[in-house]
Amino acid sequence: MPKPKVRPYVRPNSPAAYPVGPCFTAGHLVETNASWRSERPLVTALLCTGCQRCVRACPDGAVFQVGTGVAIDYDFCKGCGICVRECTVKAITMVSERGPHAV
Amino acid sequence: MPSNSLASNTQSHFISGNEAVAWGARLARPHVIAAYPITPQTIVIERLAEWVSDGQLASEFLHVESEHSALSACMGASALGARSFTASSSQGLLYMAECLHYASGGRFPIVMMNANRALALPWNIYGDQQDSLALLSSGWIQIYIEDAQEALDMTIQAFAIAEHADVLTPVMLNLDGFVLTHTYEPVQIPAQEDVDAFLPPFRAVSKMDLDAPTNMGFTAGPAHYTEFKVQQHRAMLEVTRVAVEVDTEFGRRFGRSYGGAVTPYRCEDAEVVLVTLGSVAGTVRDAVDGLRGRGVAVGMLKLRFMRPFPAHEIALALIGVRTVGVLEKDVSFGSAGAVFSEVASTLAGAANRTVLLNFVAGLGGRDISRADVEQMFADLIAATTQPRERVRFVNVQETNNV
Amino acid sequence: MSEALSAKLSLPDDELFLGHKACAGCGGSLAVRLALKVLGERCFVVLPAGCMSAVGFVYPQLAFGCNAIISTFAGTASMMSGIAAAARALKLRDYYVVGFAGDGGTADIGLQALSGAIDRHENFIYICYDNEAYMNTGVQKSGLTPFGARTTTSPAGKRAAGARSRKKDLFEIVAAHGVDYAATATVAHTYDYLRKVEKARATVGTSFLHVLAPCPTGWGIETDQTLEVARGAVDCGLWIQAEYEGGHYRINKSPRRFKPIAEHLASQKRFAHLGKADIAAIEKERDGRWKRLQRLSGGG
Repeated sequence: MPKPKVRPYVRPNSPAAYPVGPCFTAGHLVETNASWRSERPLVTALLCTGCQRCVRACPDGAVFQVGTGVAIDYDFCKGCGICVRECTVKAITMVSERGPHAV
Repeated sequence: MPSNSLASNTQSHFISGNEAVAWGARLARPHVIAAYPITPQTIVIERLAEWVSDGQLASEFLHVESEHSALSACMGASALGARSFTASSSQGLLYMAECLHYASGGRFPIVMMNANRALALPWNIYGDQQDSLALLSSGWIQIYIEDAQEALDMTIQAFAIAEHADVLTPVMLNLDGFVLTHTYEPVQIPAQEDVDAFLPPFRAVSKMDLDAPTNMGFTAGPAHYTEFKVQQHRAMLEVTRVAVEVDTEFGRRFGRSYGGAVTPYRCEDAEVVLVTLGSVAGTVRDAVDGLRGRGVAVGMLKLRFMRPFPAHEIALALIGVRTVGVLEKDVSFGSAGAVFSEVASTLAGAANRTVLLNFVAGLGGRDISRADVEQMFADLIAATTQPRERVRFVNVQETNNV
Repeated sequence: MSEALSAKLSLPDDELFLGHKACAGCGGSLAVRLALKVLGERCFVVLPAGCMSAVGFVYPQLAFGCNAIISTFAGTASMMSGIAAAARALKLRDYYVVGFAGDGGTADIGLQALSGAIDRHENFIYICYDNEAYMNTGVQKSGLTPFGARTTTSPAGKRAAGARSRKKDLFEIVAAHGVDYAATATVAHTYDYLRKVEKARATVGTSFLHVLAPCPTGWGIETDQTLEVARGAVDCGLWIQAEYEGGHYRINKSPRRFKPIAEHLASQKRFAHLGKADIAAIEKERDGRWKRLQRLSGGG
């Protein structure tokens, strides 16, 4: 599967409605990790060379290739800042979640 | 020792309890066998290894490095939907204790033979039932075998029970160490094609699958854990019905059946019944016959299943029985034997205030003679409703009983 | 399966480890994510109790997109063995059996099972993500905690100066079993790591990868320094990039000069308390390890 999507989850209403034993669909996500961040990375597309160091460095798989550049999956970015550190052309900067870029 | 060629139903083979289990496992065609040696189980895995190595049994045989690994490997196999088998005893069984709960909680229908053996310390390799009875809460179906024929037959039945869609719970088959594991008896070995017809391939419900991937063995917090445990308990309760269905079908095909979770013997009009489990039932049956011959109204209730605990069947069999003794080869220090505690709890509401005594005997392989059993019946007959001591150690070397 | 990745610039888009609850900047999760880029979705993944299982499998948030199962803490390699055996018995095709276990789950409690599995030449890939302590339970000392490191069970204060024992030499322990393929790697030297995962994938028999996976929480570094600190460990010689293949040891890169150890240690709060004597001892130990591994690999 390319990337599991976050899906709505309704708690089973009886033991019989649960899976038999602890076994369930792989890649089943019911929530994002966005709330973890106090800062978010911003990619400046003009500066990005498409080297993908950041893609290879993200522990959360939240940086991905888009065309000749990269983009951030803000659902799963935790704001660790590794992508900013690894970028050799300073194409990514961290900005506060409370600033003008905050959602 | 029978020839290694597959035998037919009509021929009797003089084999040990261990060999009977090995035959049962062989005939069930497990995909994976993982085993670590421990006295008195070793013959089971040796026979299986011989058959695998000379091509008579097409199982994967893993020489694992511990009992914990043996059961871990079986769980891994089961998680792919493969049928798996292992065997252990005492120290090994306790070493894999964490895995017992893991397997039952994971709903892996593994079948394991346990050679009942005393637990260290002190070290003792002989048979008693402390090992399995100390693990009644592990979530495994527990069956106690009386003789070698039953050992073979129940090994096959165990896979059918375990893998049943309403059960999906692992099974522990208990054989008294040395007394049953190493005693030779005439046993009929069914033909492979007949067992294949009886025991269908394992169709796993919960498994890892390359075409439909799953995540297994996950964490369930306070909001969910209870529901998984309730599932386990309810599945265990289904075993009562499923085991009878499996046994009835087995009887239809092979001409041998064992009934349900309990086997009453001359209990119908008994005033005194001795409840017991495992191979000592043979000795108790002899003692019952002897006493009955002298006009004493006694009987025996043999428990074949300890999990699920057959409370209903026990209560039914003991209606109107004034005095009940429980003979077992274990004790929960500071309390009583595990079987006694559960039987007593079952009979607690009995209308006629049953007298109850617990006989703890046979620890560390100490022999239980017919005379010992006759003395137990004498104690029961003499017992009043307020016995001096309910838990009695038999044949302790001192003048007063404990 | 897919062609060699390390020659290409791009990794496949699939994220087979997504939505997990690891700390921001977690080295271990990067080790898992990168390996699965190489191995793909036709995997049976086994993880023991530890960081990666704790963060990836909290029902109903299940972060592995491929088959994955949690084993008992001690039972990763034995569960993997059972899976490998079942896969053979069921005649499955085109799959990998891979385990991700931490340093504690590998070198301490899991060592027995790993030893047995290597002895049987089980056909699987075992990856140890080494964050140098029992991080999941709150940073307690493990057998792979380096000398001098502060952990909650080897504290540093007025009278104590962190762990006093040597880091077990896990790579040599595994190699001494005659394993089919073993290598060390880090989460920062990406292509080296990916190349080694590819080699493991192609190996018939048991492969073992020992991956340095810095832990911001436990090491006392910022969340964005994970890869830098991993590079630092290699640059000052504390982490040796090596392989064991076909019965021979090979050091991947022998720097002519090491960067100063003191600087690398000072960058992590877990070493902040170390005095000159301890740092000198660490240097001496590093030199001894290099000498031994150079001897084992047949020269300098």
